[in-house]
Amino acid sequence: MSTPAVAHLQAKFDRDLCERFHYYMLLMRELEDRIENKLYRQGKVVGGCYTGRGQEAIPVGSAILSRPGDWLTPSHRDMAALLIRGITPEEILAQYMGRATGLTKGRDGNMHMGCAERHCVPIISSIGASIPIAGGLAFAMRYRGESNVVFNYSGDGASSRGDWHEGLNMAAVMNLPIVYLCNNNLFAYSTPLDKQMKIADIADRVAGYGIPSEIVNGNDVLAIYEASKRGVEHARAGKGPYFIECKTFRMSGHSAHDPADYVPNQVREEWSRKDPILMLQKYMVENLGADEQDFVDMRKRVLDKISDAVEWALEQPFPDPATLEDDVYAPA
Amino acid sequence: MAETTYVEAIRQGIWEEMERDDTVFVMGEDVAVYGGAFKITKGMLERFGELRVVDTPLAESGIVGAGTGAAINGLRPILEMQFADFMACGFDQITNFAAKCRYRWGQAIPMVIRAPAGGNIHGGPFHSQNVEMPYVHTPGLKVVQPSTAYDAKGLIKAAVRDDDPVIFLEHKYLYRSVKEELPTQDYTVPIGEAGVRREGSDISIITYGWMVHVALEAAENAAEEGISVEVLDLRTLVPLDRQAILDTAKKTNKVVLLHEDTLTGGLGGELAGIISEYAFDYLDGPLVRIAAPDTPVPFSETLERAFLPSVEDVVAKVRWLHRF
Repeated sequence: MSTPAVAHLQAKFDRDLCERFHYYMLLMRELEDRIENKLYRQGKVVGGCYTGRGQEAIPVGSAILSRPGDWLTPSHRDMAALLIRGITPEEILAQYMGRATGLTKGRDGNMHMGCAERHCVPIISSIGASIPIAGGLAFAMRYRGESNVVFNYSGDGASSRGDWHEGLNMAAVMNLPIVYLCNNNLFAYSTPLDKQMKIADIADRVAGYGIPSEIVNGNDVLAIYEASKRGVEHARAGKGPYFIECKTFRMSGHSAHDPADYVPNQVREEWSRKDPILMLQKYMVENLGADEQDFVDMRKRVLDKISDAVEWALEQPFPDPATLEDDVYAPA
Repeated sequence: MAETTYVEAIRQGIWEEMERDDTVFVMGEDVAVYGGAFKITKGMLERFGELRVVDTPLAESGIVGAGTGAAINGLRPILEMQFADFMACGFDQITNFAAKCRYRWGQAIPMVIRAPAGGNIHGGPFHSQNVEMPYVHTPGLKVVQPSTAYDAKGLIKAAVRDDDPVIFLEHKYLYRSVKEELPTQDYTVPIGEAGVRREGSDISIITYGWMVHVALEAAENAAEEGISVEVLDLRTLVPLDRQAILDTAKKTNKVVLLHEDTLTGGLGGELAGIISEYAFDYLDGPLVRIAAPDTPVPFSETLERAFLPSVEDVVAKVRWLHRF
């Protein structure tokens, strides 16, 4: 069975690492905020608009451990994983705006982006489909005798898909190096967890496949980091997959069009007090000598960076309709 | 020199590609220790080891997903679906992800999905279907179906070397019913090229898979009645060899479109569209489709025989079309 939540931190975190956590969490929060609450409303971003507001700790605390040879399969609520891999706010904004210089050259929108060079697989909208893909990526690592690992990201909804179960089972049977980060954010679009499954913890499903797992506070970046470190060490050592269930909450609707009226106010209020960025800031103030001014300065730095990126992205060309039929097949 | 069966030709093709390129591996249900349900991968585990000949759990979507992930990460997977019918279980992975990777993010997926297809083996509704059309209709996939041992070997080798996902449909009835002498040297059959199996001047039959053999027998019978039939074997369904299709239509001016797949939404309609759009002025009679009726594939011998297009069906239609 799954191990209980790790209640206390096992290590002290240095200022430098915490500042990196803080930077990426804030960059994701503010970049998504600009996209959803400004650019989308101004009609500069069209189509779906998914954010990971409130879940920033999960991609940050885990992806920060990734090495160049590792692969990541982020979900649509893990923008920080892309940022950590070196994908820039400029590229992300051009993608959201459907420009030719976006990561998919305007062929796909919003968070549906990836980058082969930086080892990020784009989101597959049939949720859960990335679990078997992670298995294949990891299979190739083992095939070549590498010590690389795959970071796979999905949510509670994904755990109802057949692919999720097929992929986890295969990874366990084949002993593949994968660390699964599951964001259990209580809702799959509007469907609450108790209509998704009969049990409380997704980790209990994982136990049935013989994969070790742990449950962590998904809003505590330090806890995510520690758990991910255990998972990565486990996988790199050839001990097979490792599953981390991150209990969290989506502080937004499913997409920009969704006011999430189905979320009880009490739940919303309870989780707003557990904002992952505020949690980290509290730790930094209490343990690392940071103060409010540091956070104000950091936020200004992030906002300036985003403004520059928006300005750049708005000047980017839209794709030429003449390229419509390019790249369906390999060049002859 | 000994003749090689269609099934052995595929086995040899895979074997040679695995010898040539160590990024090529096979994965699927019962492919390693057992050597595959049809013995295509027999002996490979002993030669190439368990890293390259991989038994999986019973999970088609998992297999296709794993193959796609491995292809992203530098390998060239050959996946076996035990029967083409079960490829439906991996449909999402194939059509929603693998097929779109190049277009979405410039990522090549050099992957072959082998799928034993077709009837006339008393397989019933779950082991006899011709499932090509959903894949033909998915941009980003290539779809092939060889009708001879020579093509089976040449096309599987070409598929392995191709940088796009290839659905490789093998006809189960042909596995051990056709054989021929094969060249000893390395060769491939290019994906996208049809082949004229029999030259003729009165009527063209455009077909693929097992139906090539049915068409050839029908052509032989028609010849006795003084009707000269040309048989074009498509070999590749995507990308279609439009030139060869239009060439034969313009040559004989009368065309029969034959397939073992069911009629509605079958490839015959697409072929008729191409010929009608680009060779209409050359036609001296209606485009005639011969296909299985729109039913599941039945099991019992009398029903299956009635279901599958027969030599008699083809001769009758050829005779009818010849009168125009």
